[in-house]
This record gives sequence, C-alpha cells and structure tokens, in this order.
Amino acid sequence: MTIELDTQIISDHINEFFDDDVFDIPEGNVVYIKPGSLREVCSFLKDDPFMDMQMLRYVDAVDFIDRFELRYALLSLNKNHSMTFKVRLWGREDLSAESVVNIWAGANLQEREIYDLMGISFAGHPNMKRVFLWEGFPGHPLRKDFP
Amino acid sequence: MKDDFMDINDKSNPGMETVLLNLGPQHPSTHGVFRLRTLLDGEEVIDVEPIFGYLHRGSSKLAEERSYTQVITLTDRLDYLAGMSNNLAYINALEKLCGVEPPIRASYLRVIMVELMRIASHLMGIGFLINDLGAWVTPLMHMFREREKILDLFEMVCGARVTFSYMRLGGVSHDIPDQFKGELNTFLNDLTTKIQEYENLIIGNEIIISRMKGVAKLSGERAINSSVTGPNLRASGVDWDLRKSDPYEIYAQLEFDVPKGENGDNWDRMIVRIEEMKQSIYILRQCIESIPTGETRVETDFFVRPPVGEAYGMVEAPKGELGFYLVSDGTIAPYRCGIRSPSFINLTVLRELCVGWKLADIIVNFGTLDINVGEVDR
Repeated sequence: MTIELDTQIISDHINEFFDDDVFDIPEGNVVYIKPGSLREVCSFLKDDPFMDMQMLRYVDAVDFIDRFELRYALLSLNKNHSMTFKVRLWGREDLSAESVVNIWAGANLQEREIYDLMGISFAGHPNMKRVFLWEGFPGHPLRKDFP
Repeated sequence: MKDDFMDINDKSNPGMETVLLNLGPQHPSTHGVFRLRTLLDGEEVIDVEPIFGYLHRGSSKLAEERSYTQVITLTDRLDYLAGMSNNLAYINALEKLCGVEPPIRASYLRVIMVELMRIASHLMGIGFLINDLGAWVTPLMHMFREREKILDLFEMVCGARVTFSYMRLGGVSHDIPDQFKGELNTFLNDLTTKIQEYENLIIGNEIIISRMKGVAKLSGERAINSSVTGPNLRASGVDWDLRKSDPYEIYAQLEFDVPKGENGDNWDRMIVRIEEMKQSIYILRQCIESIPTGETRVETDFFVRPPVGEAYGMVEAPKGELGFYLVSDGTIAPYRCGIRSPSFINLTVLRELCVGWKLADIIVNFGTLDINVGEVDR
C-alpha cells in the first residue's frame, strides 16, 4: 500500500531545514505552505533523500469564493509513499503562484489547465497559455462566479 | 529553439528554411479531434506543439450542477473506450468520501468489468497504432472483432455497450446473468488464441520492427519527472502499477505480473500493452473461479449527502492513473470535481518524443502514447 505521510511528519521534516515562516496557518489535517516559498519547498521535497518526491501526481485548484486553494499531491515511487500540501491564494483578481515546471516537468499542462479554467497564472511557466479554450474567451469557467 | 513555443523567424541557420506544418484537427491518425503544430526542417521535426480542446465539454463544471449519482453518467464520456474504468475511479473517490464499503461480490464484479475494459482499450490502442503504420484497416477490424465480443458481454450485464454507468455507490447496478460465466470463459479461450495470432502477425513483421524498435526512447527518469503513468511508464522500465503498489478492490488477493519494457521505445510501449492483455486474461480466470455469491450492492440514499471534506480516489485505468478529486460541502452535488486524466498528462512528453525524428514518426510516436481525446479535453 502507498503510505500517505502524516501531516506531523511532513511539517517536522520541513521544519528541520526551513524556518517556521514557510508555513501558512494550518487548518484541519493539512500542511499549508505560503505562496512565496512554494518553489523552494518543492525543490527541497524532491531532492531530500527522506521525502524523495519524484513525481508530481496531481495539481488542482478549488474556488472558495474568498480564496483559492491549490492542492499539490506528490508521490515517491521508490519509497511508495505520497503526500499532499496546499497553498492559499487570497482574493480573486490577478492571482499568481510560482510555477514548479522546472522541478517537475509534469506540471506543464496541469498548470496551464488551472490557468485556463480557474484563472490562476503561474510565474515562471515557459508557455502560460490557455489549454482548452481559445484566446479571448471571456472569464474562467470553473470559478464559482462564472454563470 | 526556445523552450516551449515556436519561433518561425529563426534566422540562425541561413539557407535552411523551416516549414510550419499543421497536422489536424481533422486527421485520421489523431485518434479524434487533435491538432499538432509542427516545425520542420526538411523531413526532420524541430518542434511540436499539441493544440487541443476541440472536444472540451466542461465535465468538471457540469458535475457541480448534478447530484453525486448523476455524475457517474458524465464519467462514462471521458475516455469513451474505457467507460467502466472511469466509473470505478469516480466511485472509489466517492466511497472514500462517504466511508461506504462495497460487498465482496461487487468488488469481484468490478474487477471483472474493469479488466475486460482494459483488454478492449488496449485492443483499440494497438489496432489504431498498426492502422497508422500503414496496415490499412484489416488488422484494426480484427481487433474490433474481439472488442465487439467484450461489448456483447457488457450488454448482457448492464444493457449498454459504451456508456455503462455500471458502478454505483456501494456496489454495482446489476448482478451478472447465469450464462455470463460460460460466455466469458468461451471468450477468454478464444482471445488467448487470437492474441497469439496477433503476436505472430505483429512481432515478426519487419516493417513494424524497423519503424518502432529504438524509435522515440523515453528514459524512466524523464517519464517519472513528467508524471507519465500507465503502460507508457512501465515501458520505460519503471515498476509502478497501482493495482500492485496501492491495491484497491480485490487486487491484493489476485496473482498477476506487471509487464515492463526495457528501452522505453515505441516497440516496448506496444509490447507492454500486449502483455497486459495476457495478464488481464489471467486475472479474469481467477475472478471467475473464486467469485463468491451474495449481495451486489449495499443500500444507500438516492441523494447522497457526504460529510464536508475531500477525497482523492484513483485506479489504474488502461491509459494510466485516473483520479477524481472530490470536495464536498455537505449538499447533494460536489463542490468541486477535479479529474486527473492520464491521457492529458501523458501528453507532456509528446514534444520530447517527436523532436529529432522524422515527420512520419510523429504519427507512430503519438499512436504509442495511446491517448483518448475524450479524456484529454474532458
């Protein structure tokens, strides 16, 4: 069975190498990372021999009206364990997060999909264009205020 | 060449003009409505950009307007060659969210249907691939013949041939009729000899060998880094199959091998699919022998109201890891229904596979990835 790493283990391990200020306010049983330190934490999670997150399994975004939450699911094939963490983005206009394409190439199309349907752009992405809809399409369909 | 977009005014190589060629969206070998912008230098491919979305139906948005039970019908239409697998992935996520366990007989039935679906999907993948290679239609029709029998079996069970909606929360919609086991046995015996026949036709064929062996290699490390899953990942020599590494339903009790390739070239990607079909036959035989009697569905509300929370459920679909990410706010409709579609994410490596090869190779490299546009565009 793939072991889902416990929140405590993840945050303890990240804490050893980073200060407390990479974490956002926790809520429920989830690790929240601040948007500003997303890329360095991801880079650490991939290279660290204990975490060894080789694959970016899935990125998704959810619209909670007052904020957007990005959910990153990571997977280590060698150790057969997985983890998730989230990033909060407050507000609704001009949302932007750091791209992780340089760390995991698999983020390329997934981030473009989130940009297309949710309207969150990713800084540092090599080709930040709409992926399903055409250029000039009004709005972003998966937002809750889209008709 | 710039990183991910094309610069047709590249003047760095005077005298050698590049040509921008548009393949598709209407092209027989693009497995649907799929467009490839290619930049060519003579016959050599310099850059490829996939452009899709022509079949985008907004499945995630539609799901937010429907009850949890109604969403099952939307999942059928994602990968329309593997409806059962899509049903199961969604139901897995929903059962995690609600905390419902299916009866053991239902688990067996699910595995039987999903493995049949895998055979049908791989048959189509290989059939269209050989069709693209120039063996016009005849081999494809052989594959269609076997798939037709699988669809007959599905019709016998649930009355539908493509859009099944067979899986339900807490079980399946129908039990199998009495004659199903016998028919399935006959079909499996038949298929074993048929696969042998296809292997004789394909593996010894010199044209297929020279077009596929050593072409478009993908290393295991690159495949993992690009989130490639399914047969494409295993062809690169990575031992990763959700049925083994994170077993769901009754896979933990079943015996089977995970076929792997060595070089990650086109040839391996095709052979892995053929070997997987053989393993599916083996799994199906075990299921028929050991399927217990009993209930096929537990009672649940028609309008399910899962507790507030979220769940991610996934299965090893024929194309790779298919996952559903459900967020519930306690009402009868999902607040968010995210879909991790393997075909879409596997396309990440398309550019890597095609650059440096000839124009004619694009079609083959694209064919071995075995994508389904219904699932790419959603």
